[in-house]
Amino acid sequence: MNAWRALGLSVMALLASTAAGATVVVHDDRGAVLTFAASPQRIVSLLPSLTESVCALGACTRLVGTDRYSNVPESVRTLPKLGGIEDAQVERIVALRPDVVLAAPSARVIERLEALGLKVLVLESRDHADVRHSLDVLAQLLGAPERAAALWARIDAQTRAAMARVPLAWRGQRVYFEVDATPYAAGAGSFIGETLQQLGMGNIVPPALGPFPKLNPEYVVRAQPDVLMAPARNLAEMPQRPGWSRLVALQKKRACGFDAARYELLTRPGPRLGEAALVLADCLARLPIDAAP
Amino acid sequence: VTLTANPARVQRQRLALALVVLAAVLGLLGLAAGSEGFVFADVFGTAPNADAALVIGQIRAPRTLGAWLTGALLGLAGAVAQGLFRNPLADPFLLGSAAGASFAVTVVLAASGAVARSLGVDAAGWLAQLGLVGAACVGAMGGVLLTLLLARGAQQTTRLLLAGVVVGVVLSALGDLLTSAAPEALRARQVFMLGSTGFLGWNSVVLLAVGLVIAAPLAWRLARVLDALTLGEDSARSLGLALPRLRLVLVAVLALATGLAVSQAGLVAFVGLVAPHLVRRAAPSPHGYTLLASAATGGALLLGADVLARTLIAPQELPVGVLTALLGGSYLLWLLHRRGMP
Repeated sequence: MNAWRALGLSVMALLASTAAGATVVVHDDRGAVLTFAASPQRIVSLLPSLTESVCALGACTRLVGTDRYSNVPESVRTLPKLGGIEDAQVERIVALRPDVVLAAPSARVIERLEALGLKVLVLESRDHADVRHSLDVLAQLLGAPERAAALWARIDAQTRAAMARVPLAWRGQRVYFEVDATPYAAGAGSFIGETLQQLGMGNIVPPALGPFPKLNPEYVVRAQPDVLMAPARNLAEMPQRPGWSRLVALQKKRACGFDAARYELLTRPGPRLGEAALVLADCLARLPIDAAP
Repeated sequence: VTLTANPARVQRQRLALALVVLAAVLGLLGLAAGSEGFVFADVFGTAPNADAALVIGQIRAPRTLGAWLTGALLGLAGAVAQGLFRNPLADPFLLGSAAGASFAVTVVLAASGAVARSLGVDAAGWLAQLGLVGAACVGAMGGVLLTLLLARGAQQTTRLLLAGVVVGVVLSALGDLLTSAAPEALRARQVFMLGSTGFLGWNSVVLLAVGLVIAAPLAWRLARVLDALTLGEDSARSLGLALPRLRLVLVAVLALATGLAVSQAGLVAFVGLVAPHLVRRAAPSPHGYTLLASAATGGALLLGADVLARTLIAPQELPVGVLTALLGGSYLLWLLHRRGMP
């Protein structure tokens, strides 16, 4: 075990030293150009999906701190937690002396950190294309651009495997994916909708309504979705909503309730998109086949 | 009809008629307003189908009635509060009921998150669905009770008012503290604070109706107390009214009406504040009339906002509380601009 770890460390040191020689230039999603004399070794990530991306690209050890919601992979749980998107702790971030801070465009702390002389790389993660682009930029930043393609190939392979698992009877059926009980839905234009589309599933919310629209509850009842997908606790209370007990999908138990961990996986646009597709496909495969419309 | 028509009386009759017509028209619009905008064919049965019957009977009808009833309870509570405190700025959420309700809701949301982790999702779902409505109601009344305790009863109006403000500040701060510890409750809490009429079903309608049937006659019987109070507390006392006890009953009516409204539709802003102003402007009258007309005005206001929330960007929805604040608020601003407060 120790030998492996030593080997790993020395490989990493080698990588670091080769990377250290070259200047790294990356463009972020604001159009800012960030130049680093060497590939950053101390990274703070303020978004769970970016934390996951850095780790999936094999640079987990370079993370020195994350936001409070980053919890995957296991190793990031012990890192200093620096607050959330609204209340990031500027002082603690600066004290960590990061070479670069990764953040979402909505993070309020960006200007403050830049004024204090830190480099902030801003990355969008709204849809699949954004995720792919973020992985490319991060791989460049980490001095290993080739890893992005390999990681994306793995996500692709997982998605294809998921596609193969979806029973034929369910192909093309329209899904209502509930994000919040208000009710907010994940529409066809969201990254969740994109994954469903890859699995050959339709959506009751067309892209024109935007990625996560707040719907009139009546819209869902009228649309009579073929399959319901929601956090398990939302699914449990659906029959009590006025008129919802008449949803055929609810009566025939054509519904996927996700526990907190799975739901979190599904709602994170990051390197586990392939895993998310597998979770969705597994649920569809487990639905009673005689209930298929 | 007497020959010497009293102008004030004519005003009152006109307003009453207008409110009835408004309720009927808005009710009809409410039945027709759905996720596809206005569709009258469904309502008048020219295009009968089972789907439309379900949607209208189980979703739009209770939602429409529920919105009116919620607004009515808030309008009534607002009129009671403004009479009780002899202050046109008083609003039904003043005595700590809003803060109490939102704090209790936050506690349930945070707890159901914790329960989901330890006891499983079914238990949490049960807690959440039974808990939110109950918690809002209990919380609203608890907030008022706390205010009464702090003010040592309803002896002094200023003391009561101050206690209400303090309870409001402390409870909402506690709620904020809780959400920073359990951030998963944040979104649902915000939805509650904005108010929502989307999930009002027949159960809610029955509950709200019972509440209004209890609160409105009670308030109406106590209207003479509010009338006496407009002359000042000393004059009221000299008329032989047992002020502390009567005031307590009025506070109870206030708490019941707000607690019920809040438990079904969240913290719908501004209806309770604006409705009595509209009534006083249209037909200045003693409290008996003002109370009931405020209820009808509140109902019309919230139902109107609900219809707009459903149709403006259908099939998407706007938060109804935002619309009531915008509608009521801009009307008050216009009024202020035209001629000081009524």
